[in-house]
Amino acid sequence: MSATPSPIGALAPEGGALIARPKSAGKGRKVPVSQRVTRIAILAIVLGYLILPLLAMLEFSTRGDVDPVTKQATRSLQSYAAIFSYPNLVDGIVASLQIAVLTVVGMLLLLVPTMVWTVVRVPRMRRAVEFLCLLPLAIPAIVIVVGIAPIYRWMGQSLGAVGGSPLTLAFIDIILVLPYSYRAIDAGLRAIDTATLSDAARSLGAGWPRTILQVIVPNIRGGILSASVLAIALVLGEFTISSLLSFNTVQVVIYLLGKRDPFVSVAVSLAALVFAFVLLFVISRFAPGADRRAQQTAEEPA
Amino acid sequence: MTSTSPSPAATGHGVAVVFEDMHRWYGPVHALNGLSIDIAPGELIALLGPSGCGKTTALRALGGLDDVDAGRILVGGRDMTHVPANKRNMGIVFQAYSLFPNMTARDNVAYGLRLRGVDGAARKKKAEETLELVGLGAQATRYPHQMSGGQQQRVALARALAIEPSVLLLDEPLSALDAKVRRQLREEIRRIQIMVGITTLFVTHDQEEALAMGDRVGVMSAGRLEQIAPPAELYDRPATAFVAEFVGLTNRVKGVASEGVVDILGARVPLLPGSARSGPVTALVRPEAVKLAPEVGANAHVLAVSFLGSLGRVQVGLPNDTLVVAQVSAADVEHLSPGTAVRVTVVPSPVFAIEG
Repeated sequence: MSATPSPIGALAPEGGALIARPKSAGKGRKVPVSQRVTRIAILAIVLGYLILPLLAMLEFSTRGDVDPVTKQATRSLQSYAAIFSYPNLVDGIVASLQIAVLTVVGMLLLLVPTMVWTVVRVPRMRRAVEFLCLLPLAIPAIVIVVGIAPIYRWMGQSLGAVGGSPLTLAFIDIILVLPYSYRAIDAGLRAIDTATLSDAARSLGAGWPRTILQVIVPNIRGGILSASVLAIALVLGEFTISSLLSFNTVQVVIYLLGKRDPFVSVAVSLAALVFAFVLLFVISRFAPGADRRAQQTAEEPA
Repeated sequence: MTSTSPSPAATGHGVAVVFEDMHRWYGPVHALNGLSIDIAPGELIALLGPSGCGKTTALRALGGLDDVDAGRILVGGRDMTHVPANKRNMGIVFQAYSLFPNMTARDNVAYGLRLRGVDGAARKKKAEETLELVGLGAQATRYPHQMSGGQQQRVALARALAIEPSVLLLDEPLSALDAKVRRQLREEIRRIQIMVGITTLFVTHDQEEALAMGDRVGVMSAGRLEQIAPPAELYDRPATAFVAEFVGLTNRVKGVASEGVVDILGARVPLLPGSARSGPVTALVRPEAVKLAPEVGANAHVLAVSFLGSLGRVQVGLPNDTLVVAQVSAADVEHLSPGTAVRVTVVPSPVFAIEG
């Protein structure tokens, strides 16, 4: 499904890791030295495994010309600067970002009301909804493409420019991100008493749209942000379906560019990864703590 | 079902509420089975019953949060059976903490007013006044996670009252609180309810709470209303065996009934209406109706004594291996240690009896 492994998906497969743990957790417990050494060793191995390819990419993408005097390779950012000299690449980046935005909006519009409704009105359907949302994990991308290609062919022929736009990939991407986004939003909804808050809002006079927008959404912002980041990361990394349906998204262009100018191709890949990391950091650092607040209650005064 | 008419003492400014033959099924479970209740304006009805008896279903049906399969709900004479929850104008305080975590106490209380289009200044003033009413004027800017459970439930009460609802629904609002806060808050809720004069339905499984707060108490079992009556009547004159056993403590004492009386523990005790009328019966006797007198050579013996502050409970073994519990004054507890021989008698106040 993805040409580039999603760093966010790897770090937070269920979205929960994006929500910072309380600072007090684990404080005051003394860990034996041997255990600490083992932990650090495991951490170093895992980080090495993750970081070495990135370092290799950095080294490769910053290679400059060979200095005629010292005969040594110089360092240069010309591959990064050259990104913007490839119009196809810029178009691909723009298209992918637009698809990401559409996917996030579509996913949230589809998932949040459905999940709230399921929790509040038909909790017995929760398992069924979860199963449906996790299904895309079990369906290979090629099967999706084979199944959906006739629809895209029809859209291309019948809807003109709109039907042939890469933005239509958002429809498929919404399905692809469901397993990850479902988990993240579900974690948010489980952190609050969704049913009681909805009942309270409705008893005060709020209809369903207001209940969801004014009461539920502000209290699951962490889950929604996690779901959005996961969706963006997945869309920016999606290659197979775009390629098979002949849409020029950033991953497809990177792949094609790799045959002509591997330095720029690797530079774009690394930049995309860094972008995803920064996004992850920003979200985990600045995500509101409303989900956690919901579970806390001050001590009863004596 | 036995029902007495609405309490004449209830003379608030609220509206009348009528449950008319309500039915609700959850699959094979008949959660409401022909429930009918008339609630007078300004009256506080406490619905009491074990878990799963249908009391919360009845409350949620009145609040519009659950549907009914048959029957009608009338509020102030208007049929509200199929009116959505957000159009009913009812204030609800839930068992679980239900304040919106992203809003301060004041914003929580003002939320319903905001939905009604009340302008900012008036909304703030009303919210603060209502918070004052529940004694939390100083906590207006606090978020729910900065308040205790008792404070949160007070704010929830203020939020429910701020919209000036036609009916106030209290769904076990005290059950998550500790005993002391619970007692304080229950008195406060009752005080505010009387002051505001709002018709109130209070659901609880705690009989002490129900008896202390309700103008009338309805006892429910298996989706049906067993009896609804003022607390004293419910306690002294239970209409069914379920009510007799569910409300308060009862001793099961074997006896023989005939002509409206039963012979138990050497006394002839009148039977309540609805009791088994003749033959061998089991009388349901309150602990306070059992009298003990230390007597050398008596064939009943004290087995255990529990000191409960102003009174005590004494467990006595009778010669036929029957156990009875008597409630005595704290002063009498001193003379009744385990092993003491006692004579057991019964006050001849009416009791309920079942066959067998």
